[in-house]
Amino acid sequence: MALKTTALENRPWGALVHLALFHDVTNSAFLHSQLLAKNPDYEYAFIDASSIFSEHQLLSAAYRAINAAATSALQTPNVHSEVILSLSPNNNIADAYRRWGISPRTKSLIVLKIIFHDSPSVPGPQPSAAEVWSTISQLVSGTPVDPFSDAAVRKETNWAAVRKYYKLNGVAALQNIADDAARQCQMERLALMGMALRGL
Amino acid sequence: MTVNPTTAGASEPQFPLPSILTNPASAPPLLIAQGAEGRLYKTTYLVPELACAVKYRPPKPYRHPLLDARLTKARLSSEAKVLDRCARDGVPVPALYAIDAAAGWMALEWIEGAPVRQGINEWLGARPETDTTPDEQVDQTPLVDLMRRIGTVMGALHRTGVVHGDLTTSNMMLRPWKDGHTGGGNGTVLDGDVVLIDFGLATQSQSDEDRAVDLYVLERAFASTHPRAEAHFEYVLEAYGKTFKKAPSVLVKLADVRMRGRKRSMLG
Repeated sequence: MALKTTALENRPWGALVHLALFHDVTNSAFLHSQLLAKNPDYEYAFIDASSIFSEHQLLSAAYRAINAAATSALQTPNVHSEVILSLSPNNNIADAYRRWGISPRTKSLIVLKIIFHDSPSVPGPQPSAAEVWSTISQLVSGTPVDPFSDAAVRKETNWAAVRKYYKLNGVAALQNIADDAARQCQMERLALMGMALRGL
Repeated sequence: MTVNPTTAGASEPQFPLPSILTNPASAPPLLIAQGAEGRLYKTTYLVPELACAVKYRPPKPYRHPLLDARLTKARLSSEAKVLDRCARDGVPVPALYAIDAAAGWMALEWIEGAPVRQGINEWLGARPETDTTPDEQVDQTPLVDLMRRIGTVMGALHRTGVVHGDLTTSNMMLRPWKDGHTGGGNGTVLDGDVVLIDFGLATQSQSDEDRAVDLYVLERAFASTHPRAEAHFEYVLEAYGKTFKKAPSVLVKLADVRMRGRKRSMLG
């Protein structure tokens, strides 16, 4: 199964995060229109893979969104749109949707679904990972990457966009590092800090 | 925040946990330190392999709830902003993973290693009271090398326009070097990168006065926790003086501060 399910540490409401990556997606425009129409059957975080650099980044945004949901602090309509906002280092919601969300031209797509298994607002049994996967694979027309992996996510990264979005151009901490791997590591660290600092 | 180590384990929490840490995780949170303003827990972030430090400022029952919420939020967010500023300028500080200022907690990178205080004490404890190192070799010892590393890190901090406000050898960690690192401590307890922690009292300031007081507080901390290392403090200042353009004038100011103490005003 190309779906990766993670039970985060210190997760409120028994939240599980499901992740899948698709290549050559052909129905991005349709998915995008369903989000705009607020169709509840399409309540997923559809993320353009080019602005994502690691699985950790996705989980970090998911955790922030889950915590916001559990503390009634959502700034967007639902936990999945909150994931998109949580990827951004600034509070402009439209900007976040445009940069990290699906666009009609998206080819490589990350689908992130959060299921609360122990939520006071949605009682009762929740869909299992297999059920989540069968729904996602029907919604998205594309080639799933099996298995989902951090390495696969990293292949899609557009670093020029990431540096711009997280304001990493001309940062002193990055200019003094000669080693490429170390610089990349530091860049990811700063981008993640930027995400965490949004709204302060 | 002044931090005292406690012996409390996770099995019997001495204090109520912040609600975020009552959620399921692979291992229970461990209370590491307890200070006047907050508590520090060791737990994990996102995945079981990634350790993190959660700093929690509990609500103060004696304060009006509205005021309390506002103060807690302002202090946490200013600490987070200082960390961001340092990280962007390449000052060695822990990364910020997540923050919920309204709930009073933030998750920080877990820094491996021991505090500088412990390293210096172990180093001095293993050596005789009277130093027999010949004078011409003193500035080659691992202790002096550590002092210089501390001075360089403090210079980097002050260059970015941040003063720490509570510099002691307990608020600096020695993060062990990865294999293959050369130079420095030569495989002793004083090995490692100096990483500054606990920015709870940090402020943004560029004035010589504030920077000099920061150095003075550290000097006093050295004198009280490591009297035998105090003689080496000059190496901290020597390295500090080479780090940025205005550092020499800070050192001049330090002489004034020494004369009168930390408080500028003689009133109150």
